[in-house]
Amino acid sequence: MMFGFGILTGLLVLPLVGAAFILAQRGDEASVDSNARYAALAATIATFVLALVAWGRFEPGNAGFQMVETHGWVSDAIKFKLGVDGFSFPFVVLTAFLMPFCILASWTSVTKRVREYMVAFLILETLMIGVFVALDLVLFYLFFEAGLIPMFLIIGIWGGKRRVYASYKFFLYTLLGSVLLLLALMAMYWNAGTTDIPTLLAHQFPVGMQTWLWLAFFASFAVKMPMWPVHTWLPDAHVEAPTAGSVILAAILLKMGGYGFIRFSIPMFPEASQYFAPFVFALSVIAIVYTSLVALMQEDIKKLIAYSSVAHMGFVTMGLFTLTAQGIQGAMFQMVSHGLVSGALFLCVGVVYDRMHTREIAAYGGLVNRMPIYAVIFMVFTMANVGLPGTAGFVGEFLTLLGAFKANPWVAFIATSGVILSAAYALWLYRRVMFGELVKPELKGIMDLNNREIVILVPLVLLTVWYGIRPGTILDAFAAPTEALIKNYQAALTAAKTAMLVVQ
Amino acid sequence: MYHAIVFLPLIGFLIAGLFGRLIGARGSEIVTTSLLVVSAVLSWIAFFQVGFGHGTTRVQIATWMASGDLRVDWAFRVDTLTAVMLVVVNTVSCLVHLYSIGYMHEDAHRPRFFAYLSLFTFAMLMLVTADNLVQMFFGWEGVGLASYLLIGFWYQKPSANAAAMKAFIVNRVGDFGFALGIFLVFVLFGSVGFDAIFPRVADLTNQSFHFLGRDWHALTLASLLLFMGAMGKSAQFLLHTWLPDAMEGPTPVSALIHAATMVTAGVFMVARLSPIFEYAPVALTVVVVIGATTAFFAATVGLVQNDIKRVIAYSTCSQLGYMFVALGVGNYGAGIFHLFTHAFFKALLFLGAGSVIHAMHHEQDMRNMGGLRKHIPLTAAAMTIGTLALTGFPGFAGYFSKDAIIESAYASVAHGGFASSYAFVLLVAAACMTSFYSWRLYFMTFEGKPRWGADAHAAHGHDAHGHDDHAHDDHHGHGHDHTPHESPWVMLIPLAVLSLGALAAGFVFKDAFIGHDFEHFWKSALFMGKDNHILHAMHEVPGWVVASPFVAMVLGFLFAFYCYVLRPDVPGKLVAANPALYKFLLNKWYFDELYDFLFVKPAMWLGKFLWKKGDGFVIDGMGPDGVSARVVDVTNRVVRLQTGYVYHYAFAMLIGVAGFVTWYLVARG
Repeated sequence: MMFGFGILTGLLVLPLVGAAFILAQRGDEASVDSNARYAALAATIATFVLALVAWGRFEPGNAGFQMVETHGWVSDAIKFKLGVDGFSFPFVVLTAFLMPFCILASWTSVTKRVREYMVAFLILETLMIGVFVALDLVLFYLFFEAGLIPMFLIIGIWGGKRRVYASYKFFLYTLLGSVLLLLALMAMYWNAGTTDIPTLLAHQFPVGMQTWLWLAFFASFAVKMPMWPVHTWLPDAHVEAPTAGSVILAAILLKMGGYGFIRFSIPMFPEASQYFAPFVFALSVIAIVYTSLVALMQEDIKKLIAYSSVAHMGFVTMGLFTLTAQGIQGAMFQMVSHGLVSGALFLCVGVVYDRMHTREIAAYGGLVNRMPIYAVIFMVFTMANVGLPGTAGFVGEFLTLLGAFKANPWVAFIATSGVILSAAYALWLYRRVMFGELVKPELKGIMDLNNREIVILVPLVLLTVWYGIRPGTILDAFAAPTEALIKNYQAALTAAKTAMLVVQ
Repeated sequence: MYHAIVFLPLIGFLIAGLFGRLIGARGSEIVTTSLLVVSAVLSWIAFFQVGFGHGTTRVQIATWMASGDLRVDWAFRVDTLTAVMLVVVNTVSCLVHLYSIGYMHEDAHRPRFFAYLSLFTFAMLMLVTADNLVQMFFGWEGVGLASYLLIGFWYQKPSANAAAMKAFIVNRVGDFGFALGIFLVFVLFGSVGFDAIFPRVADLTNQSFHFLGRDWHALTLASLLLFMGAMGKSAQFLLHTWLPDAMEGPTPVSALIHAATMVTAGVFMVARLSPIFEYAPVALTVVVVIGATTAFFAATVGLVQNDIKRVIAYSTCSQLGYMFVALGVGNYGAGIFHLFTHAFFKALLFLGAGSVIHAMHHEQDMRNMGGLRKHIPLTAAAMTIGTLALTGFPGFAGYFSKDAIIESAYASVAHGGFASSYAFVLLVAAACMTSFYSWRLYFMTFEGKPRWGADAHAAHGHDAHGHDDHAHDDHHGHGHDHTPHESPWVMLIPLAVLSLGALAAGFVFKDAFIGHDFEHFWKSALFMGKDNHILHAMHEVPGWVVASPFVAMVLGFLFAFYCYVLRPDVPGKLVAANPALYKFLLNKWYFDELYDFLFVKPAMWLGKFLWKKGDGFVIDGMGPDGVSARVVDVTNRVVRLQTGYVYHYAFAMLIGVAGFVTWYLVARG
């Protein structure tokens, strides 16, 4: 604790320090740009190192909040309170881990307004970490909503041809949800008299109110996930976003919805969660089958991966609402592994986009002939996306489906058909892009990965395989809070049932 | 020792895969092959130790995942069943590695090829040593991946890429069932480990489970779901379509993966889970029916194929059907015995076919062969032994295992009812057809007049003959003449070893696998219920039953001899007389077309429909596009980004509030 501030504050401040340093740069454009790149890389690496230090102090067996720090803020009831538990901490590390890769991935591909771009990313990092460490509802809301702004700018300024359309679609969708979230938040403050998350977790909301609060939270989180049918912003946003923007969008921003469910909806509104679980199951399995089929027919590589992301998030929402240990831990793991795998897939797309400036599947073919290393790496991530055992993608899918089978075999039956469809769209994509003879004249001179790209992708390959074989490091972090969550959930349901009987 | 057996191939894969460019093709070959030889030798030691010595061993390696009451380990379970599979996998794999050094010597991507072969071997070993269902699933999908990579090894060929994809996806259909089966087993037993499941199966005989709107006998449902996985991997009827296409891969791959080892994984799985299947008689009946249908169906298609590898592929499919019939009637030992002998003679046939193809410079169509015995006598001899073993000639390997299956099928009629009679009739018919197509293959390839190259005119020349094989040959830039040549020793040694296996494997091991040493050999590895007397019953069948496969085999041989040696004009006449039947068989009962119509086309249509109409028209049209189009208009008019953004923020918030209030009033009012 330095000056009363803990390590989590450090994680929030470090990227901002980097941003301030970049903004202070003066001089000719080339040197400012170069300094901005190195400063951003240094700041993100420093943040990641600090996150690793925090990891060293983190106790995975502890179900409660750790590294808690509280500072006065708006009022006595609304404080600047930070803390992490097993549900949130892996995402903090994941965010800090992926940021340096994003900066590296933008090293040469971003050439205009480099300074602003790096600043936007660093501020985004602070806001994303903030979402996962906030222990006050108002603080959470601020981080949650403010994160939209840098992302909106990243897509709108550094995006592709239809960037304005995509950024508005993104903004419109996510904002609509958050308006309801704000109303729910006020209602909760009105009912419980505090916005302190640990206190709210112990607070019993009246059953009738739970329904409305649940729906309001759901509106916001479902859009973020995104769940069917409010998913259509994602493919457009991904297609237009610059590579690093897509990586962050897929790897971190989508996880905020799932995190919201596990942090708020399920523990705070247990009766409503039970009531709405079939509804969530329905949307989840529709998402899995529907978006997998849609992914099959995509002509744009990024769009295909975006649709496959929606399908994978379907497994997450399904798993969470099974309220079984396997379902919840699997869903959380799926979010982390999807963060690695889809992030890596977008980086892979970025590699060929930087060379050919097109994302059309039809523009490629036979890349393996000139890019063997790239082909191998892309194969690893394709297989992880397909959920091959031995890759990180399998563990989450398997556990969520297992949980779903316990909760409702119908749901598991339909959702499991997703493993057939995912194999179909992923392998078909791979075949069209990689295999065959290299006949297109534009591709004749394409180069294999350079050293920078290898440095970016190889760690992700190693982690994808390692977490497929030994997922324990992450999975165990979720174990204690999952157990506590299920226990509290069951207790709340039992209490509600007893209360009902007494009333009758 | 078990660590070495399983992980040496993995090390080989990593060395050849990561450093293949560094150590070169020869280095990769030497590393992977020698590691496999060590693995194979150790496997035989393990086989004798376990089979003729102590019983089950469990080797814990690490925890894979733990969540709630689920615990999945990385662990080896080594019992006789595993030991048999270790021997089969590693022996064939090491011979195939060796053979490939010769067969692939012109290929520029040998390090990759050998890496894949070793990766496959590792995954297969993880499958057969699995101590729980999830690790088995790991190996199961791992071999699927290796198979995908190897079928598509020649990635410039579109047909190879299509076949690779098809293999993976059709297998995934089976895995869909397998995965659901694992879930159900976990729900029923609270564990996925064999040690925890097997002792408790008997307690659940009356358990029912509600699934998809009806109540099922829980163990039957679990068995059927798991069997679906086996159907996919072992290319059984309905999920068989990928196997013939898989012949696009290099021939050594076909021998290793699509004949001897991977496709038998389904058989292994059912045998491993015999403690569950024994309590699910309905599921066993399904296994019998599917197996018998496959055996018959694949044999009929095999009759008319002209590609030498496809004939053997259908033969494999058919023989796998035999194995499943054995399992289904409760004679697990016979099923595994046939798996064991089949591995030798089918690998032999494939490698022999590879030797023929090598000799013919990559010609695979038997219509362009003939008279090869004089040119490649050693290959011809090996193929003769393989054919005799496959058709069940007395004394050869297939004779012992296949006849045992047919006898078991008859013996189980007493309590198996219709399914067993059905199986018996179809298997005998299939035995006749097996003999016919095997000898047809032999005669078309090795006997008669040469139909290849310039020999027909007793002259050598490129220009006069535009045959495919010549074109191919020129393409490869060979300097030597076109006379088929015998293969090098690295390819002949594997043929010799496998010939020995095809000759002796049945005779030597019959007592252990299905004879009076049964109990002593298998110990607890195979489970047979108290009422299962198939081992005795199969020895008490009437004489005509014992003789029937032999008679069928002789008939098939005589007919093939008549058609392809004595009267070569007969096949053409038969085809002319039955054009519809011929086309039906040649097109494999039109399964590909049917599936294309039933599944592939609708899925694509639906995908397009949901994308354009669902996402595009309905969701976007109702939702954001209408609104955001207006917003973009406004922004353009107001010009400045900031202004538009604030305007939009307020606008959206207003809509949200209005919507919420309306809803609140309506719902509460």
